Order: sequence, then structure tokens, then C-alpha cells
Amino acid sequence: MATLTYRDALNQALREEMQRDPNVFLMGEEVGVYQGAYKVSRGLLEEFGPKRVVDTPIAELGFAGIGVGAAMGGLRPVIEFMTWNFAVLALDQIVNSAAKMLYMSGGQIPMPIVFRGPNGAALQLASQHSQAWESWVSHIPGLKVVAPATPADAKGLLKSAIRDNNPVIVLEGEMLYNLKGEVPDGEHIVPIGRADIKRPGNDVTLVCHSKTVTVALKAAEQLAEQNVSAEVLDLRSIRPLDEAAILESVKKTNRAVVVEEGWPHAGIGAQIVDLIQRDAFDDLDAPVQRVTQADVPMPYNKVLERAAKASPEKVVAAARRVLYLE
Amino acid sequence: MATKVHMEALSPTMEEGRLVKWNKHEGDAVKSGDTLAEVETDKAVMELVARSDGQLLKVLVPEGTTVPVGNIVAWIGKPGEKVDGAGSTEQGAAASKPAPTAPAPAPKAAAPAPASPPTPPAPAAAPADATRVKASPLAKRIAKEVGVDLKLVQGSGPGGRVIKRDVEGGAAQARAVAAPAPSSVLRAPSGVPYEDVPLTQIRKTIAKRLAASIGPIPHFFLTTEIDMERAAEAREALNKQLGEEGGKISFNDIIIKAVALALVQYRACNAWFQEDHIRYWNEVHVGMAVAIEDGLITPVIRNADLKSLREIGAESRELAGRARSRRLKPEEYTGATFSVSNLGMFDIDQFTAVINPPEAGIVAIGSIVAKAVPDGDRVVVRRRLRVTMSCDHRVIDGATGAAYLKTLKQMLENPLAMLL
Repeated sequence: MATLTYRDALNQALREEMQRDPNVFLMGEEVGVYQGAYKVSRGLLEEFGPKRVVDTPIAELGFAGIGVGAAMGGLRPVIEFMTWNFAVLALDQIVNSAAKMLYMSGGQIPMPIVFRGPNGAALQLASQHSQAWESWVSHIPGLKVVAPATPADAKGLLKSAIRDNNPVIVLEGEMLYNLKGEVPDGEHIVPIGRADIKRPGNDVTLVCHSKTVTVALKAAEQLAEQNVSAEVLDLRSIRPLDEAAILESVKKTNRAVVVEEGWPHAGIGAQIVDLIQRDAFDDLDAPVQRVTQADVPMPYNKVLERAAKASPEKVVAAARRVLYLE
Repeated sequence: MATKVHMEALSPTMEEGRLVKWNKHEGDAVKSGDTLAEVETDKAVMELVARSDGQLLKVLVPEGTTVPVGNIVAWIGKPGEKVDGAGSTEQGAAASKPAPTAPAPAPKAAAPAPASPPTPPAPAAAPADATRVKASPLAKRIAKEVGVDLKLVQGSGPGGRVIKRDVEGGAAQARAVAAPAPSSVLRAPSGVPYEDVPLTQIRKTIAKRLAASIGPIPHFFLTTEIDMERAAEAREALNKQLGEEGGKISFNDIIIKAVALALVQYRACNAWFQEDHIRYWNEVHVGMAVAIEDGLITPVIRNADLKSLREIGAESRELAGRARSRRLKPEEYTGATFSVSNLGMFDIDQFTAVINPPEAGIVAIGSIVAKAVPDGDRVVVRRRLRVTMSCDHRVIDGATGAAYLKTLKQMLENPLAMLL
């Protein structure tokens, strides 16, 4: 087992899948010569050539559409967006073409395409470049959405996404690319739709995904110092959602806090709370709490930005509320 | 972070609780669900259960103290953790100090009773709509599984919501332990003149409810008819023996003596109601109601149980005489622990006397009259006396008063019993 950065784990996944299947190709802004805005595609142009590692103009809707067409023609494109904030321009192709094709063709035209790139806030990128899009994309039937939090999950989920015959959204993170972690060598696949307990516990379930897994793990450490045993449940997949894992954990702990990067209104947490209140009602000892970004455009000011984001302290406070310790 | 231990509402009407006993002490390791302390509610003694794991860092409320529901009584946390030792401001002055028990052997003069200000009632923690129990879905399920009636469980969640930890400890809470009643003891030969016993919660409730029902002192009355034949014979014999020495024994003297001796056996009736505690007297001072020109006064036969009939007779005559001439000193008509009112000389068959506060009881003595009473299958004529005891229900319950009256009756019907 090698220790890799999240960036290199994604790079490994791309390389292995491109080696494995000649139909897989990568396309996006700066993915070739520049080797990726975040160096995820380092060495790929050299290894696979310009036909399979394609630099595009700054035209998200255009190259997303080319990707959809290529997938219709039998290829397996991986479309990289420099950030998901730019992918908004391509939503017509993602939502109206990619997500609908299999359904509207009566099952005749599969859509094996991956749209990937960093999601959510980094540091001081201001309102337009600090947005978490998972509740937008996971809203759409026909799309699968994954949001890996660790290098191992990043590799395993990207490989699953590339092999999937449906459009899969892979939400990465600028602040995650340098994260190091152990990644199993060779064929490492993480199935889509399977959550993972990142830290077992008994008193409260912290449901999280992507960057908030780190937040929840820090919160769990602080809670442990207060004799509270928190279970950190990493969703990994937003759609499909591992409902069984969520319910199983809540049935054990009787209390839940849902943590996400996005805004509260119609957020991922709202979906999870809906599930818990409906299917774990008799196991609940307290109303489920949510920790989200403040319901405002992300401030540029560093102090305000920090205050707006989900933090371990906010998670600890929410956990104490569901435990009736406040 | 340390967690607070609150005085919980352990009964639906509980507004304050008296910390009877700490089962855990500072420094003890505690686990959620452990019984921390016994708390007397207005109904019973209940268990206060730990809501978190750790060490009992600080006990803020000493045993015997009454605190309003919601006040912090202790802290649980990690060893060495700093907590607010003085208790927060919410603790305030609301907690009443435990009443001191008997002071060290002191001169005969009774120490003044420490008057604690009445505790302002804390806002009730019970939900406004008592018919609906708020409980978390999980708590409802557990309650159903373990057979706990949620109505009997006080929720510790927001708005009194019953949550998991309440029903887990619920079985323990439901095990109500009856408050021990003060037992009657025989008169201690010497030493402490009285013992102050803090009002138990049930006593307070009785006091509040019954007082609201019939005036400041909730009276109740017990009447019995006593056969005075043997007392009359004894009196005649004694007076014959005294002969010309004078100082004849009256029925009143015999009654005072019997009342005093019976009180020694029933300390529960030899008591003062003192707002937040009951003072159970070890000494017996019998007040004797004497009609005077513009009212009545009750001179006191001190330590009547220890005095002979002659002494009682002499003292009562002397006190009554000075009472009528209004020359009693204050200390001679105050400090009775129980009183006797005798209207026998006015041909009153029976009557009810009004308690002289803070005493808890008085016996009203009617006339001794000859009556036809059944004796086996015959009817005989006997001298009979009807005695009515007025009791302060805040101190004396019906059965206690009745037991006292029965003893008094036995003593008068068999005067030799007074020698026992």
C-alpha cells in the first residue's frame, strides 16, 4: 500500500483506466500540455498522446457537448472542469443531454461519461468561485454523483465512475488535492453508492462527505475528549445514496448531525434528514441537526469566510445539542 | 467539558427537592444511569440519576438542603477539570439552608428557632399540558418495550421532552421509596430540650394544602370516651391518704399527668410547627387553658411528665390563681408543647378546642358524667369523660393522633399504667 496524495491517486486512476480501455480519453482546459490546472493529468499527454488527452478552448458548454457526443458514439470521455463553478456554463449538456439520453432514447443510447473537477470553497476565492454544487447535480435523475474524501476513495471512485455506463459527476476539492493517504496498490475499486464509516462511534452519527469528512473527524476527536463517542459516516456517493448505512448508524446512535459544505436550503443534509425522520423515526432521540455553510454568498474576507464555513466547533456544538448536553 | 447535574423534576408537581443523601461523593467515578443521590420530592424519595460518565467533580448542595428544580446540584466531568465550584448565580439564595438539628446540650432556655425565609417556588418544569407527554420517538419505543409509563417519567429534554436517558433511568425513578416517618421515642432522661427536624417535602405539601383548606392551621378532631371509674377511685384513695395535708388531687391534675406521660410516648404529638421544619420536643410542657375575666390564658406546667400529681396539683392551682389575678410572667404562659382545655366544670359534654400555635395539639376535656354503658351483657352506670383532641394536620396525621389518644385513654382508664 502506497501513500499518495489525492491528486496522484486520481492520476493513477486515470492512467490505469486509460491503459485498461482505449476508449477512455481525457478532455478539458489545460489538461494536456499544462498537465492540468491542479496537475491531476500529469504525464498523461506524454503517455497517451494528444488524441486521448485533449486540450480545449475556454468553452465549457462546447467541450461538455463534444464529450456527450463522443459517449453516444461509444467512447468513454472524462471531462475535466477547472472548477465546478465553471461547469455551470455546461449544465445544459450535463442536465439536458447527458442525464436524459438513456431515458429519452428508450434505453438505446448509454452515456458512459465522467464530469470531474474541484468543488466547493478553497481559500479566499470569493463568492463566484467558492460554491458547492452537489445539491444541484444530485437533484437530477440520470446522474450519479460521487464526492471522495480520501486518496483511496478518490482513486476507487474515479475508476468506478469511468467504468460506469451512466454519466457520473466526480466532485473533487482544491483543498483535498494535497491530502495524503494510503491507497491500495493495483486494482482498487470503490463501488458507487456505498458509504464508509471513517470512525466508529456509539453516541451520535456525523454524516458527511468530501471536505466535511475532515471537519467531522476533527469534531469527533474533540467530542471524544468530552466522553462522547461520535461515528463519522462518509457518504462517498451522494447519488445513489447509501440509505442503509445511514439508517444502520442512526439506529445504533439514535442521534445524527449532517455536515455539508453547501448552503442549508434544499441542501444534501435536507435529503438525509428526510430519510432519517421517515425511516429511523422510532430510533431517534433528538431532532437531527445540520451544519452547513452560512446561507450567504461566500465572503472574500478571510475571517468572514472562516465564519461562514462548517467547522469542527460547529459540529461539536450541534452534536452536543442532539445529545442534550447544551 | 464538565456537565451540570440539575435538580430534576422527579414528580409531575415537584417544584423543589430536598437532597436526602449523596450516594456518590466528590471524586467518585460515575456512569450514566448511576444513582447520584436520593431526593425527596413532594411525594416520595426518588433517585437522582447521572446523565453522563466521568467523575463527580463537585457537589454543590449539602445533604438536607432543599433546592428548586433546575438548580445545579453537582458537576460531572473529567478528573482535574475545573468547574464552577461556588455554583452559578442561578443557584442564588433560593436554596434554603438545612435546619440545624438539636443543638449541643444547652441551658434549659430554648434557643430561638432559626427562621428561614420561605423558599420562592421555582417555575414548574412540568409541561403546561399535563395530559400530553412529550417524548422522543426512541424514548417512546423504549418505554413501551420495558413497560415504563411515560406519564410517570420526567423528561430532561427541551420543554420536558422525555428522551432515551430518562426512560433508561425510568425504571429506577418509578421505584418510589416512602419517606420514613419520625418515630416516637421515649423521653430521653436528660440533655437536649428539643430536636429541630426540617420539614419533609410531604409535610410541606400537607401544610400547604390543608392550610389552604381550613385556615392557617388545618385542624382535625378526634373524640373518644374514657371510663373514669378507676381514675375516680384512685383519686378518692389518694385524697383520703393526703387527708388534712391539703393539696387535694383534682381530675384535672390526673388528666394533665396522663396527657404528659402519653406525650412522652408520642413525641410526634409533642411538637411545634415552624414553617420550614417541625420541632419535636423531648421535654413535655403542658399548657393549661384558664378562663380569665376578659379572655383566657394558658399557664404552663413545665416538665409535667416528671412531676408528681401533688406537684402538678399545687402548681396548677397556684398558676391558675395568679392567672386570674393577671400576675403571670410571660415565661409562665409561653413555651407549652401541648395544651389541655377543660370545660368540665361548665357541664360541657364535649367540645373542640382551638390549637394554640405553634403547638400541634390540644385536648378538650368535657364533664365527667355518669352514664349507662354496656358491660358484657349487662348495663352498668359508669363515670365517663369525653375527650376531643384537636390536631394540626401539618404535624399530626389521623392515625398518629388516634394512637396518642388511645394511650391517653388507657392511662386514664388504668391509672396504674402511669406508674409504668
